[in-house]
Amino acid sequence: MKRRPNFLAGFGSLVWLFVVGFPLYVMLAATLQSQSDYSENGPLSFPKHFTLHNYTQDFSNGFGQYFLNTVLVTVAVVALVLLLIPPLSYAIVRSNGKLSTGAFRLFLLGLAIPAQAVIVPMFYVINKAGLYDNLIGVILPTAAFSMPVCALVLTGVMRDISPELYEAMAMDGAPPWRVFCQLVLPLSKGGLSTIIVFSALQAWNGFLFPLVLTQSDSSKVVTLGLYDFQTEHGVDIPSLLAAVVLSMLPIFIVYLFARRALVQGLMGVGGK
Amino acid sequence: MTTTSPTVARRRTAARGRAGAAVTRPGFAWAVPATLFFVLFAVLPLVLVAVLSFTNWNGLGSPEWAGTANWRALIHDHTMIQSLWLSVLITVLGVVVQTPLSILLGVWAAGKQRNRAILSAVYFIPLLLSATAVSVLWRALLDPNFGVPAQAKWLFGNGNLLGEQKGAIGVLIFVGAWQYTPFHTLIYQGATRAIPPVLYQAAALDGAGRVRQFFYITLPQLRNTMITSMILMIVGGLTTFDTVLILTQGGPGTDTTISAYYMYQQAFKSFNFGGGSAIALVLVVIATVISLVVVRVSGYDKMRSTSEGV
Repeated sequence: MKRRPNFLAGFGSLVWLFVVGFPLYVMLAATLQSQSDYSENGPLSFPKHFTLHNYTQDFSNGFGQYFLNTVLVTVAVVALVLLLIPPLSYAIVRSNGKLSTGAFRLFLLGLAIPAQAVIVPMFYVINKAGLYDNLIGVILPTAAFSMPVCALVLTGVMRDISPELYEAMAMDGAPPWRVFCQLVLPLSKGGLSTIIVFSALQAWNGFLFPLVLTQSDSSKVVTLGLYDFQTEHGVDIPSLLAAVVLSMLPIFIVYLFARRALVQGLMGVGGK
Repeated sequence: MTTTSPTVARRRTAARGRAGAAVTRPGFAWAVPATLFFVLFAVLPLVLVAVLSFTNWNGLGSPEWAGTANWRALIHDHTMIQSLWLSVLITVLGVVVQTPLSILLGVWAAGKQRNRAILSAVYFIPLLLSATAVSVLWRALLDPNFGVPAQAKWLFGNGNLLGEQKGAIGVLIFVGAWQYTPFHTLIYQGATRAIPPVLYQAAALDGAGRVRQFFYITLPQLRNTMITSMILMIVGGLTTFDTVLILTQGGPGTDTTISAYYMYQQAFKSFNFGGGSAIALVLVVIATVISLVVVRVSGYDKMRSTSEGV
C-alpha cells in the first residue's frame, strides 16, 4: 500500500529529538571547557579551548573510589540475580506444585512494592545485622528489588521453550538439573542477557539504598558522589557535569555491547 | 491474547498425550533460594514498616511502642495533607503530559523507515541515565546565574524557575517527562507493531484516512497497553524521590514537598522513624488502591482482548 509521508509526525519527532539531544549537547560542551570559559561565554556556546581538566579533577576528588564501589555493587547484584532467578523461573515454568505458583504470585506482587516504602525498616534491619555503611548492606536490598522484573522476564522466555524438547530430554532419562543445564539455560540466553542488563542498570543507577545505608567516603557509590558533589561544589558546573558524563559512560558501553548480545540471544531462542 | 491461546492449548495436549509421566519435573526446592531471599529483603521489611509505624524510634536506640500516636499526629499534620495533594498533582500532570507524547512518538516509531530506528536509539538515552544524573544535569542547566536561563532571558524571564512553586512543579513535570517518556514510547512502539496490519488495510479500502485510522484502530487497540503504561506512571509518580531531593529539596518552603520526600525528611532528617513509617505505609496503600481501581474499571483483570471481532 502506498502512503504519503506524514510530515506532521516527522516534524514532531524532530522536535522531540531536539528536546532529548539539546541538553545532552550542552552538557558535553560544558565539560570540555574550563570553568572560567563556561561562566564567561555561557552554556550555549561552543567550547573555544578544549580541555579534559574537568574529568581529571573529578578523579582527584575521589571519583575513582566511587567507581570501584559501584562496580563492586553492580557485579555482586548481577551475580546474585543470575544465581537465584534462573532456578526460580525453571521451577515456576516446569514444576506442577502449587508452591511454585505461589512463589510466582509473590514476585508479581513484589513488582508493586516501591523501594521508598521499605527504606525505614531496611535501615533498621541492616543496622541490626551490623551491615550499615558496608557495601554488602547495599547489595542485598538492591538485588532483592531488581528480582521481580527479572523473574517475570525470564519466566516468559522459559515458557516459550517447546515441550517436545523436554520430552526428548526425558527419553534420555535426564534428571531436572541436566535438563536445566543442557536445555533450559542455553535456550534462555536472550532472557539471561536481558536480566543481566536490567539488574546491572538498577545497581549502577541505584541511589536511595546507598543514600540511606552508607555514610563514609570509602563506601560511597557514584550516584551518591554526584549528589554530594553538587551540594558541596555546585558552582563549578563544568566539572559537575563531567561527573554526570563519567557516571553514565560505563552504562553506555554496556548498552552498546549488550544490545548485540540481546539480539543474538533472542535469535538463539527463535531459531531452534 | 486470543492469538496465543490455541498454541498453548495445542502444546498442553501434546505434552499430556505423548510422553506424559516420563517427563521429570523440578520440585519447589528450585524456587526456595530466590523466594527466601526476596521474602527476607523485600516482603518482611514491608511487614516491618507497618509495625514500626506504631512505634517511636530515633534511629539509635530500640523502637518503643507508641500505639496510634504517629497515626493521630499524621491526620492533623498540614504538611502531610499538602504533600499528598502535591504527590497527586505531580502524578496526574505527569500522566497527562507523558501519555499523549509517548503514544504519538510510539506510534510514529513503530513505522519502518531506517531513520526511525536511529531516532528511537537517541530517544533511549535518557533511560540509561540515573535519576540522580538527570536531576543534577537539569539543575546545572537551569542554574539562574550560570545556566541556560541567564543566556535565554527572552524565554525564561528573570530565570529562577526553581524559586517559585509553579516553576518548580513545572520543572519536576518536565524533567520526569524528559526521562520517562522514552520508556513509555518503547512500550507503545512494541504494542503498535503487534496490531494486525489487516485492520489498516480494511480501513484503507473503506476510505479511512490516517487520522481516522489512528482514532478508530490504533487507539482502541492500544487500550491494554495504555493501562499498563499509566499504572507504571502513577506508581512511579507517587514515589518520585531522587528528582525532588536534588532539584528542589522540597522547596521553595514546602512547595514541592511530596509524600515520598516528606517521608525521607521525617525519618532521616528529623529522626522520627515511626512517623516516617506511617507515611510510607500510606504511600503503599494509595499506590496499590489506585492500581487495583484502574485494573477493575478498565476490565484489565478479565484480560479482555483488544483483538475482539478480528
